Amino acid sequence: MSRPMFDEMNASPDAVREHYQIYQRWLARQPLATMQARREEAEMIFRRVGITFAVYGEKDEDGAGTERLIPFDLIPRIIPAHEWATMEKGLIQRVTALNRFIHDVYHGQDILKAGIVPSEQIFQNAQFRPEMMGVDVPGNIYSHISGIDIVRAPDAQDSSGMKGEYYVLEDNLRVPSGVSYMLEDRKMMMRLFPELFNENRVAPVAHYPDLLLETLRASAPPATADPTVVVLTPGMYNSAYFEHAFLAQQMGIELVEGQDLFVKDNFVYMRTTRGPKRVDVIYRRVDDDFLDPLAFRPTSTLGCAGLLNVYRSGNVALCNAIGTGVADDKSIYPYVPKMIEFYLGEKPILKNVPTYMCRNAEDLKYTLAHLKDLVVKEVHGAGGYGMLVGPAATQAEIEDFRAAVIANPAGYIAQPTLSLSTCPTYVESGIAPRHIDLRPFVLSGKEVQMVPGGLTRVALKDGSLVVNSSQGGGTKDTWILEDTPDEKMQSQSQSQGGK
Amino acid sequence: MLSRTADHLFWMSRYTERAENTARMLDVNYQTSLLPQSATSAQAGWEGLLSISELKAPFAAKYGDSVAPRDVMDFMVRDEKNSSSIVSCLKNARENARAVRGTLTTEVWETENQTYLEVIRMLNNGDFERDPSQFFEWVKFRSHLSRGVTAGTMLQDEAFHFLRLGTFLERADNTARLIDVKFHAANSGLSGEGTQAPQEFDFYHWSSILRSVSGFEVYRKVYRDVIKPERVAELLILRADMPRSLLGCLNELMSNLAMVTNDASSETQRQAGKLRSDLQYARIDEILANGLHAFLTQFLDRVNELGAHLSREFLVPTTT
Repeated sequence: MSRPMFDEMNASPDAVREHYQIYQRWLARQPLATMQARREEAEMIFRRVGITFAVYGEKDEDGAGTERLIPFDLIPRIIPAHEWATMEKGLIQRVTALNRFIHDVYHGQDILKAGIVPSEQIFQNAQFRPEMMGVDVPGNIYSHISGIDIVRAPDAQDSSGMKGEYYVLEDNLRVPSGVSYMLEDRKMMMRLFPELFNENRVAPVAHYPDLLLETLRASAPPATADPTVVVLTPGMYNSAYFEHAFLAQQMGIELVEGQDLFVKDNFVYMRTTRGPKRVDVIYRRVDDDFLDPLAFRPTSTLGCAGLLNVYRSGNVALCNAIGTGVADDKSIYPYVPKMIEFYLGEKPILKNVPTYMCRNAEDLKYTLAHLKDLVVKEVHGAGGYGMLVGPAATQAEIEDFRAAVIANPAGYIAQPTLSLSTCPTYVESGIAPRHIDLRPFVLSGKEVQMVPGGLTRVALKDGSLVVNSSQGGGTKDTWILEDTPDEKMQSQSQSQGGK
Repeated sequence: MLSRTADHLFWMSRYTERAENTARMLDVNYQTSLLPQSATSAQAGWEGLLSISELKAPFAAKYGDSVAPRDVMDFMVRDEKNSSSIVSCLKNARENARAVRGTLTTEVWETENQTYLEVIRMLNNGDFERDPSQFFEWVKFRSHLSRGVTAGTMLQDEAFHFLRLGTFLERADNTARLIDVKFHAANSGLSGEGTQAPQEFDFYHWSSILRSVSGFEVYRKVYRDVIKPERVAELLILRADMPRSLLGCLNELMSNLAMVTNDASSETQRQAGKLRSDLQYARIDEILANGLHAFLTQFLDRVNELGAHLSREFLVPTTT
C-alpha cells in the first residue's frame, strides 16, 4: 500500500475538487492536438522573447548554443481564495518575525539571551556577518524580498486524501529568484487561453513590479527625497539574468553591473554618459560574498570596492541587507515558530515541517536509525543539492550520507519524507500527476505585502520531489481563484465555529 | 544613462550595420559572377571583398592562396571564427542587445533575438546554399527592420541617439572602404585588361558598386545620364541627400552627437564637425586630382579617431 497522496485537482479518481471544476470541464473539451499546438506555441514565444537561461558548456539539439527554457506547463495550479487568505496572513506573520530576528541578532540578541536559539548556532554560522553588528538599516528591515517555499502534504490524520496541510519548507531571504517566471507564466496563459480568464475569476499578479519599486524606494536612506534605485546583476551570463533585466525594465530603473559602480567620498556612484550619478538604493542580485572585494571575497569583480563602508554609514541601502543568510539557514529554520511567539506573541499560522536537528544527540540517534525514511539536508545546502531522499536512495548513497552525518552532525538536519501534493501536468505520455511546491514573494517595506499566489514549480520526472529548475523542474501558472458561494459559506462557518 | 549601456547600444547597431553591408557586397559580387562577360571583375571582386574587411591573411590561413568564390562566401557568411562574418555580426548584435535588453523596447530586443535565431536556422537547414541572393536580401531586410523598429518604438532619448551613432559611424566606414577597393580595382582592371572593352567593363563595374549601396536608381534619378566613375564617386562621397554617402553619414553623426553632448565631449564634436565641413565644401574633381585613395585612407583614419574619442568621452570613461 503506497503512502497517501494529495492531488490538487482530483480528490479521488472520479471527483474533481470544487475550485478546479470549471477548469476541468474546459480541459475535457480541448482536443489533444490543440493543446499540443499550444505547448509548441508557448515554447516558440519563450524563445523569441528570450526567456532562457544560459547553460555553458552545453549545446542544444539545433546547435543554437547554450540556452535552455524552463519548461512551462499548461495546466494551472489553482488555490481557492480562502486558503490563500490564511496563507497570506501566515506569510506576513512569518516574514515580520524573521526581520525582527535578524535585527535582534545584529543588535541586542535578546533571543539568544532568552535561550531560545543557542548562541553557537549564530556565531558559528558562516552566514553571520559580524560587520553588521550594531548597524542600523532603514525601517529595521533586512529581508525586503523574501521567497517562502510552501508545500502541501496529506493530513497525517486523514487517509482519504481529501485533506491537505500546508507546510513551510524553506525561507529564502538572500536573493530569491523566480518572480519573473510567475509574471511571464501568467502573461503566457492569458495569451494562449484568454477564454479561461473569462470563465474563472483569477486574481491578477501583474502589479508586482510596482509593489517592488514601492518597497525599494521605501528602503532608501531617510535623507533622500527622490532616491535613485538600481538593480545590481552579476551580468548577462548569470542564469537569472533574464529576471534581473526584466525587473529593471518593468520598474524603469537602471540595470547595473559591479563595473558600473564606484565609491567616492563615502557615497556610491554609477558611471553614466553624463558623468557620475549617485545611487541610493541597490536591489542587489549578487550574494554577500561578492558584494565588496575589500570586505568579502577579494577576487570578486561582481561587486563594488568600498560598498560595505558606505552601507554601514547609511549612505546607501541594500536590498536585501547584508547578513540575512543567518536567518534562512536550515539550522535556524526549526526555530522560526518560536521566533514568532517570542517577537510577536502570536501562535504561528503556517506550520513548519517537523525537523530533527542532528546536533542534538537524540535527534541524531533517531535520524541514523531511520535514514531510509527521512530526507536529510546539509544545513548550508541550496538548490536541491546536498540532500538525501531516503526512500529514493540506494543503500550505498545512504551509507555515504551516514558517514557524513556522523562526521559532522551539526551540519545536517532531517525531516520526514513529505509526500508533496501533485497536480496534473503534461508529460510525454499525456497528463499525469507531478509533485509541486509554491514560492510566494513577500515584500517588506513600509508594510508587508505580496501579490496573490507566487511561483509554482513542478518536478517533471515521475516520482521526483525535486522541483529546482537546475534539476529538471518546470513551472506552472498559479491562480488564486475567488471562492464559489459554497466555499465562502463553508469557510465562514468554519471560522465562526472556531471562535 | 550608464556608459556601459551606451557602449552596448552603440555596438549593437554597428554590428547590425556591418552585417548588412557585408551582405550587400557579397550579393553584388555573387550577382556579378553570374554574368559571363564579367567573370574577371567578379574574381577581382571576391579578392576585393577580403581586403575591404582586412581579412586576406586570416582567409589565406584557412583556405590557402587561391580565392574560390564558394570559400569567400562561406568565410564571410557562416564562419563563426571570423568575427566579421554575417553570423558573427548578428550574434554580436544580439549579445549586445541582450546585455541591455531592459533599455530597449520589447520589439527591438525581439527583433535582434529573432534575427539571430533565424540566421542559425537558415544556415543549418541549407537555405543559404539554396539561394544566396535571397539570403542576402533577408539579411538586408532584417537590418532595415532593426532600424525601423528602433525609430518606430523607442523614446528619442540618449539610448536612441547612441544607437544611431553606431549605425552611421559604421556605415561611413563601410562605404569608404567599398569605394576605395572598387576604384582601386577599376584602375588596375582597366590598365591590366587589354582584352575587354572598357565601356562594357565600366558599366558592369560601376553599376555593381551602385547596386551594392542601393544607389543605381538614385544615380539615374540624380544624373539622368550614363554611368561615369567621377559621378559615382560624387554620389557616394558628397551627396548629402544620399543615405549611404559619406557626407550623409557625417550629417547624421553630427545631429545625434549634438543630442548627447556632455562636459567632456567637445573634442569629439570638434573633430566630427571638421570632418563634415571638409566633405561639405569639397569638390569631386579636387578629390580625384589629389588622389582618391589618399583621400579615403585619410577619411578612414579620421572616422577611426572619431570612434576612439566617442569611446573615451561617453562609452568607457576611465575617470571616476
